[in-house]
Amino acid sequence: MNVVEVRTVGRGDLVAQASALLGDGYRTALVAGHDDRTSFGVVYVLVRPADDSRVELVVEVPADDPWVPSLAAVDFSTGRWERALRDQLGVAPVGHPRPRRLVHHDHWPDDYHPLRHDAGEPELGPDTGRFDFVPVAGDGVFEIPVGPVHAGMIAPGHFRFSVVGETILRLKARLWFVHRGLERLFQGRTPDEGLALAERVSGDTAVGHCLAYAMAVEDALVLEVAEPDRTLRALLLELERAYNHVADLGMLGNDVGFGILNVHAGRLRETLLRLNQQVTGHRLLRGAITVGGSRVQALPDPTTVRQVADEAAQLVDIALGHAVVVDRFTGTAVLRHDDAVALGALGYVARASGVDADARRDHPFVDLGPSFSVMTETSGDVMARFMVRARELACSLALVTELTERLAEHRGTGWAAPVEPGTGPGPGPSTLVPGGAEPVAHRCGLALVEAWRGTVCHRVELDTDGCLARVAIADPSFATWPALPVALADTIVPDFPLANKSFNLSYAGNDL
Amino acid sequence: MSAAVAILLQVCVVVAAAPGVAGVTRQVRARLEGRVGAGVLQPYRDLRKLFAKRPLQASGTSWVTRAAPVLLVASSLVVAALVPVVTTQALPDVPGDLFVVVSVLLVGSVAVALLGLDAGSAFGGMGSSRHMMITALVEPTVLLAVYALSVPVDSSALGDIVGARHEDLTSIASPGGLLAVAALAVVVVAETGRLPVDNPSTHLELTMVHEAMVLEASGRDLARIELASWLRLTVLLALVVNLVAPWGIATSTTALALLVGTLAVVTKTALLAAVLGAAEIGLAKLRLFRVPELLAGSFALAFLAVTAAYLV
Repeated sequence: MNVVEVRTVGRGDLVAQASALLGDGYRTALVAGHDDRTSFGVVYVLVRPADDSRVELVVEVPADDPWVPSLAAVDFSTGRWERALRDQLGVAPVGHPRPRRLVHHDHWPDDYHPLRHDAGEPELGPDTGRFDFVPVAGDGVFEIPVGPVHAGMIAPGHFRFSVVGETILRLKARLWFVHRGLERLFQGRTPDEGLALAERVSGDTAVGHCLAYAMAVEDALVLEVAEPDRTLRALLLELERAYNHVADLGMLGNDVGFGILNVHAGRLRETLLRLNQQVTGHRLLRGAITVGGSRVQALPDPTTVRQVADEAAQLVDIALGHAVVVDRFTGTAVLRHDDAVALGALGYVARASGVDADARRDHPFVDLGPSFSVMTETSGDVMARFMVRARELACSLALVTELTERLAEHRGTGWAAPVEPGTGPGPGPSTLVPGGAEPVAHRCGLALVEAWRGTVCHRVELDTDGCLARVAIADPSFATWPALPVALADTIVPDFPLANKSFNLSYAGNDL
Repeated sequence: MSAAVAILLQVCVVVAAAPGVAGVTRQVRARLEGRVGAGVLQPYRDLRKLFAKRPLQASGTSWVTRAAPVLLVASSLVVAALVPVVTTQALPDVPGDLFVVVSVLLVGSVAVALLGLDAGSAFGGMGSSRHMMITALVEPTVLLAVYALSVPVDSSALGDIVGARHEDLTSIASPGGLLAVAALAVVVVAETGRLPVDNPSTHLELTMVHEAMVLEASGRDLARIELASWLRLTVLLALVVNLVAPWGIATSTTALALLVGTLAVVTKTALLAAVLGAAEIGLAKLRLFRVPELLAGSFALAFLAVTAAYLV
């Protein structure tokens, strides 16, 4: 586990320090704020994929004068974190070019900030339905409002298209319809209780979020996880990637009217879900990861996995052999490389645009062996995203069989550290500090995990009782959502569902 | 039996069979995809359910919303009477002319396009605009294709064309005839909103054409619209099948001929519907801006058909 370098900086130095780091190959993984009663702490987590170095810039902000200098001019993604922070903690980003609300819709009161200790219950006003977006005017320009309730079984999001004929001039997405206040829900719980919450951050990323959370807690408690348990965690992560990738390959086919692909991908997904059920007792792989370890009921059957891999490869061949499918995928919704970098896109979306980033290689927690490689494409269109995911699927299934062999029937220890106040048998929090020193007031932990959608980052703070004081969550969707409207410029309206599916960003993970 | 009775029988057969045709395509598709499927009879059950429900109309809609479904189903019934499905006999003094058929089809198309616009929702407008684009490209091809078929017969009445092909089966295999039927098959697919032009089973509101226009319809109105679109599908499939394989079609109005004609057309259309459902398995939906290319291709076929009809 890599050590986090914590630097306390003043508000005056922040922009200079952060700019220097961002110019030196770092990216903003997370911006978290917490309420220390008399002051607010704002933590900028910057990580460098090249050498897995991690820096936290901690800024103390007096509670009666809550502002930070904005980094929006330096880094787009940080600018969005600042807007979220303004809504949730009431720390104003000074100098932000667009200091509008992000998380809170209009019916939230202006002075209500849920992450403050005295927040209480908000007095929600009527929803004015106001939605600030840049209006596009001119001959033949129309607006198409879509959502938040959609025709299919998908999560809520509102999209405002400005179109000429069928061509999209501009798209504005409005999210946070399913904001559940998850980060606040963690507060005051024990780390073990937090596991179930972390698994439910985004239903399809149960392992990704739960693992990032568990690793962050372990980082805070300085727990060492045994090698087989870490291998088992990598295995679970790949199982999750496999069932999501195979389902989405089919749905991309469905969105171009090629339903047969979807039907067979659905069949393969079901095979994998049943495999998940055998492995963990839960179809979505819940309950296998604990703080300090992991444990499963059985290891996946390699024959089944190989069979799914073969059939998935056939499906990909069928799709790529279909002229109309290839025509629909190619050149649709192109996200250019420099846009992907500038917006801070993550996961397969970034890799399809030629960004060579994968936390499994950049922030590893176990050696995945020679058959793992980072898949990238350069064209940045739907086809590139399809190809990246098809190749990742093949790689994941190969990894599942290899890791199963490596585990050699070891099903994990599942050793969980009792982290309730007062030490029972086993290492309690006070003994977990290296060298048996006195427990420090705040113990912080950070973890980065490559979930199927992209890099998940969790940052955990524990109070003196060993309970959760603050959990900050970064789902890759938060970083990647702004890339969707950029990719859609000059795409036609009927191609939007296809483009959207090729991104397949999480609403729940973004809205938290 | 008079021609009027025969035509009445034909309309009844089409109405009775239309939901079944939709059911066959869906069921064949479901089975080929490895699904159980809802069964061939599901469209009948849907109709029974929908006809029992009061339609809800969006606020701000005008009489168009109430009239369009009725107009649509009425125009489809007229088409069912004009096209030779069971019998080649036509009503006296009513032209079973191809131009009349195309015009009546167009009345229905315009009605449903107005329905899409009337509620003022963005989806309806999008659907109507796409629908009119496709219709504008389809109509010339239909006219040209049937014109090519009419040249050897010296009559533009569809009944005469099918009758002549029934008498002289070699004319079916003429180059002009083959090209015209191929062109017609493409436009039938486009006109009835099947793959690769439109996807009748999609839930993606932004990609819809026909479904987008009828999103606001419900209850009896939706039942009428569904029935009308199935009627059009059935009639056009029956027309294509009668042009390709006119065997069995009633050329007189005797009871036996009509019985044979009915059985023949039901069997042939059901087979074609099954073929359509099976073919759709292998098809994907074209990008909207590729649809004109497909239809331009069918227009070229129709044009060649006319040329061939004069040369050969």
